[in-house]
Amino acid sequence: MIAAYASPLERVWYYAFRIICGLVLVFLMLPILVIAPLSFNADSFLLYPMSGFSLQWYEEFFTSPAWRQAFMNSCIVSPFATLLAMALGTPAAVGLTRIDFPGKAVLTSILISPMVVPVVIVGVATYLVFAPAGLSGSYIGLILVHAALGVPFVVTTVSATLQGFDFNLVRAAASLGANPLTAFFKVTLPLVAPGVISGGLFAFGTSFDEVVVTLFLAGPEQSTLPRQMFAGIRENISPTIAAVATILTVMSTLMLITLEWLRRRSERTRGQGR
Amino acid sequence: MSNLTATMTETVTTDRSVSLKTQLHRAERMKKLKYGALIVPLALFLLFTFVWPIAALLKRSIDNPEIVTAFPATSALLHSWDGRSLPDNAVFAAFAEEAGKIKGTPVFASAAKRLNMELPGFRSLMMKTARAMPPEAGQSAREALIAADQRWGDIATWQYLGRNASPTTARYLLASVDRKYDDAGHIVKVDDDEAIYVDVLKRTFGMSAVVTICCLLLGFPLAYMMAMQPPRIANVLMIFVLLPFWTSVLVRVAAWLVLLQSEGLVNQALRAFGLIEKPLQLVFNSTGVYVAMVHILLPFMILPLYSVMKGISPAYVRAAVSLGCPPFKSFWKVYFPQAVPGVGAGCLLVFIICMGYYITPALLGSPKEQMVSYFVAFYTNQTINWGMAAALSAILFAATLLLYMVYSRLVGQQDAVKAR
Amino acid sequence: MNRSPSNTRPIAIALAAMSLLAGTAHADVTVISFGGTNQKAQAKAFYEPYAKATGSKVIPGEYNGEQAKIKAMVEAKNVTWDVVEVESPELARGCEEGLYEKIDYSKIGPKADFVPAAVTECGIGIFVWSTILAYNSDALKTAPTSWADFWDLKKFPGKRGMRKGAKFTLEFALIADGVKPDEVYKVLGTKAGTERAFKKLDHIKSSIQWWEAGAQPPQLLAAGDVVMTSAYNGRIATAQKEGKTNLKIVWTNNIYDFDLWGIPVGTPKKDEAYKFIAFASKPENQAVFAGEIPYGPTNLKGTALVDKAIVPELPTAPQNMKGAFASDTQFWVEHGEDLEQRFNAWAAK
Repeated sequence: MIAAYASPLERVWYYAFRIICGLVLVFLMLPILVIAPLSFNADSFLLYPMSGFSLQWYEEFFTSPAWRQAFMNSCIVSPFATLLAMALGTPAAVGLTRIDFPGKAVLTSILISPMVVPVVIVGVATYLVFAPAGLSGSYIGLILVHAALGVPFVVTTVSATLQGFDFNLVRAAASLGANPLTAFFKVTLPLVAPGVISGGLFAFGTSFDEVVVTLFLAGPEQSTLPRQMFAGIRENISPTIAAVATILTVMSTLMLITLEWLRRRSERTRGQGR
Repeated sequence: MSNLTATMTETVTTDRSVSLKTQLHRAERMKKLKYGALIVPLALFLLFTFVWPIAALLKRSIDNPEIVTAFPATSALLHSWDGRSLPDNAVFAAFAEEAGKIKGTPVFASAAKRLNMELPGFRSLMMKTARAMPPEAGQSAREALIAADQRWGDIATWQYLGRNASPTTARYLLASVDRKYDDAGHIVKVDDDEAIYVDVLKRTFGMSAVVTICCLLLGFPLAYMMAMQPPRIANVLMIFVLLPFWTSVLVRVAAWLVLLQSEGLVNQALRAFGLIEKPLQLVFNSTGVYVAMVHILLPFMILPLYSVMKGISPAYVRAAVSLGCPPFKSFWKVYFPQAVPGVGAGCLLVFIICMGYYITPALLGSPKEQMVSYFVAFYTNQTINWGMAAALSAILFAATLLLYMVYSRLVGQQDAVKAR
Repeated sequence: MNRSPSNTRPIAIALAAMSLLAGTAHADVTVISFGGTNQKAQAKAFYEPYAKATGSKVIPGEYNGEQAKIKAMVEAKNVTWDVVEVESPELARGCEEGLYEKIDYSKIGPKADFVPAAVTECGIGIFVWSTILAYNSDALKTAPTSWADFWDLKKFPGKRGMRKGAKFTLEFALIADGVKPDEVYKVLGTKAGTERAFKKLDHIKSSIQWWEAGAQPPQLLAAGDVVMTSAYNGRIATAQKEGKTNLKIVWTNNIYDFDLWGIPVGTPKKDEAYKFIAFASKPENQAVFAGEIPYGPTNLKGTALVDKAIVPELPTAPQNMKGAFASDTQFWVEHGEDLEQRFNAWAAK
């Protein structure tokens, strides 16, 4: 890549630049690379060098009632929150791309604002309002707020997908006798599906990693995985934390791969459309 | 005849055009209603789960219901009191009666708690007084109250009551910028050893600025390099950015704890190289917080930078160089200005997210690294002073909103540029 | 393509599963306590035997003493916590504010069975615990013997751990400054006394590592992050039992207090709550608890049942009580909010 006529200074800079970038990449990956091996540590300290190989911390994770319940709770709250966010966010994104009306910009900002407002504020605010309504310390309350936090991701990704969507297809469906609902499910939805799913994955990721709102809203019975980790990090750091961390990292890697696959698929289908 | 026909045709055509217009109008309106209906469920949902709670929270920052609820009659009478001399007997009587009526109830306790907030010791004054209420037969309310505690003979005691006898107050908002009412009702600065929130606000902005700058310094070269690579390599590098982005924040906090603790990898490595003898303290201080926050927020800088840089053609810089401009200068004069929208968007995004951070400083920092969010949580959970939590939230909210508006302006313009 | 109807089935099933998960079995009782080894000991001494004896489960939860959730639940009339372990000032304050039920002692046992101070209007003492000075004998050549030593950065260099809060921090500062234990609260109640305490804390402020949860001090000591710390005696004792014998306790001028069982007002399971408290207050169960973590029983008959080997580790042992003083509940009810706020401002600077 480097030009033959480059001056020595440029050469030095060229390599220095590469090294800087390499260091930034190491910085980004280091924590993830460091924590995974410790989950197989034989003794109970989160320290290197490791004293031996053991699966006991994974066993602890899968057998301890607290961790198991936390995992179960995460598996209840996040999928429901995601489904809700998708169900509400997708039609709204369709509506927003199709029509103009005064105040649309304001409405759009409000729909996207859960992404921006500091979570502590969301946590305290929903806690103070939901508690009198009997929604704190319940799955429903947690699911509702997690869904609200995930909605902006669905709205933005679906809107982005719709930018390349040819609405003549819907008109064609309508002219062939499909009612709007059928047209939506049969024509629009399959084509924007990658956007909906990747929005959903973002929403899922947000909910699955959410701890601040959970700290305020959840009772002991709704303690989620991140909430349990929060308590673990603050009170006693054992390699179980590393085991959970590894499991979560594997999960997020899978999610990332799915997203990348979806992005490519969506690029391909759009390419065919043209 | 022909004239008439002409007129008729004219009328018909106008009629038809009008009806076409209305039809079109109606169709437009139908479409609007139909698609509008698609937005309504989400709007209602967010109204219930998000907008309303936040509005209610912000309102709490000026709410002051305790005294008015507990002592409605006394409050009403105190409104017409001038505050310069002791209130008249009617106020004493109303207060004595109401105190006697509600003593031992939660309403009374929360009024006592509220007054204790104004002046420590007021709680026990109220409890002690309530035990002596209502006055015995033949004793006037004034005598009874002053007999219960001398302080009821002081104007100052009544001033605390009087100042809080209205359903709204600015005290929480004032307190969140280190101001308070003095005894004369003027707004003054609080004592130096209690003044904290202006510093905390400055700290919140300061820490966010430092994190943003660090993210920019680290993120810009990487994003630039990625933009220069062919897509195949860029995509692989992207995974290095996205994987940490997708990893749970708590996982990363735990990992940094492993790396930075006194027996952690970083200290071990430094010791192995003979650079230090005693382990450095890298965590539970500002180092730990900054390192982890920069790590968590770096992807938020790289992603917008990269998306803008990918759209910049390298031909411009090449042209500048071929025209004799030195490489660094041509980068600075030609490339960088084109990347500015990405820099702006990335910086604002990181700054906004950083301002609201709670988890990372809470787990990796000392009290000196706590930002506004920490105090919101502190007042909510620890001292149950929800007015104060609301006031601090209001300030944080306003700052965030302002920056967000700048951000959407900037990003909106960028979109417009793209469209062109 | 009738994909859409079949799509709803998994949702329906999941909803049904959720409603099952949401409602817990009828007689189960939710007990919230301070976490870590304290909770583990409670599980062994109270929760598990209770489940065995009555057939209904205890759902354990942990918190750090924050009363906000309880206030919100009580105000919402939607109480899901049935029994809560509370520290004395919080309970007294909550009692005034109508957050805790007035205890009906006929459902627990005769008041005379308990240490008089453990019997309060809204709660009954679970155990006596104390905040002591703990140090790592590997890190210090000479052993510290008093709070004055804790403040002596020259003789005992290194970081110190302290509870992040005004309570038990300001008291020790005054003790180190030469105030007699029985005058601590009198002095602290004056403006000059508060200043004095904060000034004393300023001396070592840069060397303090703050902790919040009771599980942290033994970890900080063991990891070498601090050389000495204030700590709850039971946490250090359990760490010693787990092999960290280099952790030592100094009992000089320790502060002792009760943790109590409280019942939030409006719990639908009041009867179960009483049943659990009565069970946990039995002498034999309290003795098991003290064996797990050396906190002193409140049931007078329980003291006699405690393993003789453990007695010297209890805060209530005569040699440990020498020079010790009780946390003043009334003082903290009165000044708690103000001092905690002030402390927070001071710590954040």
